[in-house]
Amino acid sequence: MLRRLYHDQPETFAFTPDNQKWAEAQMKKFPEGRQASAIIPILWRAQEQEGWLSRPAIEHVAGMLDLAFIRAFEVASFYFMFQLQPVGSIAHIQVCGTLSCMICGAEDLIGVCKDKIADKPHALSADGKFSWEEVECLGSCANAPMAQIGKDYYEDLTAERLGEIIDELASGRVPTPGPQNGRFAAEPLKGLTSLKGYDSGKTKFNASAQLATDIGDTVKRIDGTEVPLLAPWIKDAKTAPAKAKTAKAKPKAATTKAASAAKSAVAAVEKAPKTLKAARDGGADDLKKISGVGPKLEGVLNELGFWHFDQIAAWTEDEIAWVDSRLKFKGRIARDNWMAQAADLAKSS
Amino acid sequence: MLKDEDRIFTNLYGMHDRTLKGAQARGHWDGTAAIIKKGRDWIINEMKASGLRGRGGAGFPTGLKWSFMPKESDGRPAYLVVNADESEPGTCKDREIMRHDPHTLIEGCLIASFAMNANACYIYIRGEYIREKEALQAAIDECYAAGLVGPNAAKSGWPFDIYLTHGAGAYICGEETALLESLEGKKGMPRMKPPFPAGAGLYGCPTTVNNVESIAVVPTILRRGGDWFAGMGRPNNAGTKLFAISGHVNNPCVVEEEMSISFEELIEKHCGGIRGGWDNLKAVIPGGSSVPCVRGENMRDAVMDFDALKEKGSSLGTAAVIVMDNSTDMIKAIWRLSKFYKHESCGQCTPCREGTGWMMRVMARLVEGNASVEEIDMLLDVTKQVEGHTICALGDAAAWPIQGLIKNFRDEIEDRIKHKRMAGMAAE
Repeated sequence: MLRRLYHDQPETFAFTPDNQKWAEAQMKKFPEGRQASAIIPILWRAQEQEGWLSRPAIEHVAGMLDLAFIRAFEVASFYFMFQLQPVGSIAHIQVCGTLSCMICGAEDLIGVCKDKIADKPHALSADGKFSWEEVECLGSCANAPMAQIGKDYYEDLTAERLGEIIDELASGRVPTPGPQNGRFAAEPLKGLTSLKGYDSGKTKFNASAQLATDIGDTVKRIDGTEVPLLAPWIKDAKTAPAKAKTAKAKPKAATTKAASAAKSAVAAVEKAPKTLKAARDGGADDLKKISGVGPKLEGVLNELGFWHFDQIAAWTEDEIAWVDSRLKFKGRIARDNWMAQAADLAKSS
Repeated sequence: MLKDEDRIFTNLYGMHDRTLKGAQARGHWDGTAAIIKKGRDWIINEMKASGLRGRGGAGFPTGLKWSFMPKESDGRPAYLVVNADESEPGTCKDREIMRHDPHTLIEGCLIASFAMNANACYIYIRGEYIREKEALQAAIDECYAAGLVGPNAAKSGWPFDIYLTHGAGAYICGEETALLESLEGKKGMPRMKPPFPAGAGLYGCPTTVNNVESIAVVPTILRRGGDWFAGMGRPNNAGTKLFAISGHVNNPCVVEEEMSISFEELIEKHCGGIRGGWDNLKAVIPGGSSVPCVRGENMRDAVMDFDALKEKGSSLGTAAVIVMDNSTDMIKAIWRLSKFYKHESCGQCTPCREGTGWMMRVMARLVEGNASVEEIDMLLDVTKQVEGHTICALGDAAAWPIQGLIKNFRDEIEDRIKHKRMAGMAAE
């Protein structure tokens, strides 16, 4: 299916500080040099934050992961959960239309969406609050028919109930997700036929609905503050040696806070290299030619005052530490050996 | 009927305590280190003895699959990848494990990873399962905090990390090599085999991809012994299985039952019977959308296992049973599946990319009766040209439902075409 970027794009994209931290934690799930593996979760977080994926958002993620834009864009356009056009400001309603849901009444649910929201999928309602689409099987077939609204599944729906849910959302309330016909989860409606000994009813809702009500972020735009960031897979011991090479004896606290703190107080082993206010006559070099530098990093380097290969080739070790503490990826300069690359590129240009 | 004490997923509906403490109270994470101490060969042999066949649809023996992993590392790490990209229409069983009984899966990941010499495991869950992802991650966090996974996992001496990552709505990523591509941050397009993942999988390293249910049953099998598991179901179809029954039954549900249970018993015991009674049963798709449908009258006495359903001209697949009563327009039902496969074809192989669209369009005309009778055979012929001519099995999966429809409901298609002709003539 042909999926294109939306014609009207915002100027910029930036993660909220908490989302940025979350995204960087995701990248640590994968072995060194395999950070591209984190692209789907990070693109998804960008969409959770903004509601849809804009070109600047895709560029930003590509920059973070050091990928060419096209590599990130082909992922964004391949996977159908990525919305490449704006969605309703309150909620985008995804009705499952595949077989089990279809024979249990999904077409009536789509009728409700057409009636209440817009005639065509992906179009915004007149008030801009809602949009809808028919999606393929959402994997809740024993609770058919169902729809996903925001993060949550509303199961065992009727056309009438979906209409009510849309009205409630429009008036600012969030209905409780999960089965809408009194079931707890995917057990038989008329009562348990197995596991009767475990029917203790300790929690009010099944795991999905309980999380939805506890966190309360069902249709919210996610800014990363909803739940504390736990990342037990990150081990300091593992990542430290990689940093030690370039960041030398720098205390750890300085590494994490460097981006903001270093502006005023430069750590002892760091030395500010000579920078330029703007590119020399003849224009800036294309720093993206250095393997490891994407559009995002090039922007940062330009901001710091680096426009030319020869500038980078001339960095000393202390100066590398200075630059390193201002980039988001510590240790990258040495890892990708920018100086040697830049020296070669400076010769050839 | 299976007794509760023989059920592995004792918190399938999430009604009991879902935390680590609750799971331990139900017997999970019990003696994990002792199982690991028994060694790799013992675990693999026990898995082979249990007769467990993969629960993701193809039914390949799990113990045998593990034994394909290199015994000695050549310097590359090995990986276990858990396929939690549950997207086969009709299938909703792994979701219940991940949100309500996640510790069965995590413990299984540790043991399976040890058995295949892997220190890292990736669970790839479908993107739409957002709450299930949160529930599973919370369970993983609990295990890290309790030292059940980490540098000395469950005090077994085995360093083990478990990572949860997700997809973003592509059915094809349930195919193991497409899943690996997606996990590497690319479009989910299947790879050619060989090399098989056990030789070169994730990041070019030895990898085994297993379904959630296949892994989640492992700890209980090893605790109770392969013989216990093999003692249930018919030979070659051992164990218990999660069945997901949807569609026109009185009480659709997900339930753990013994393999080789009869279809009638499954429906009567757990689903409150067919809507409108057995005479109202029109057709059943017994194993998720990819398998051919079976006429209702042939299904009543069917035995629900791999071999018996094969004899019925269908397959157990993921044991996702879609029941359709006489109110169902069978042609439209299969058209909807054709639409699904057209939507989900990754576009890599021409027979599938072009064929799925072509088949869907012809199916749409058959729904209207707007075709000639000869076109039924032409459609059947095209399905045969798609089947077996693509890198992965999506082409086959798109072809089989249509073949099943033509085999079982040809009269209905012909009637509709004739009816449309008559109506057309009457109008003139």
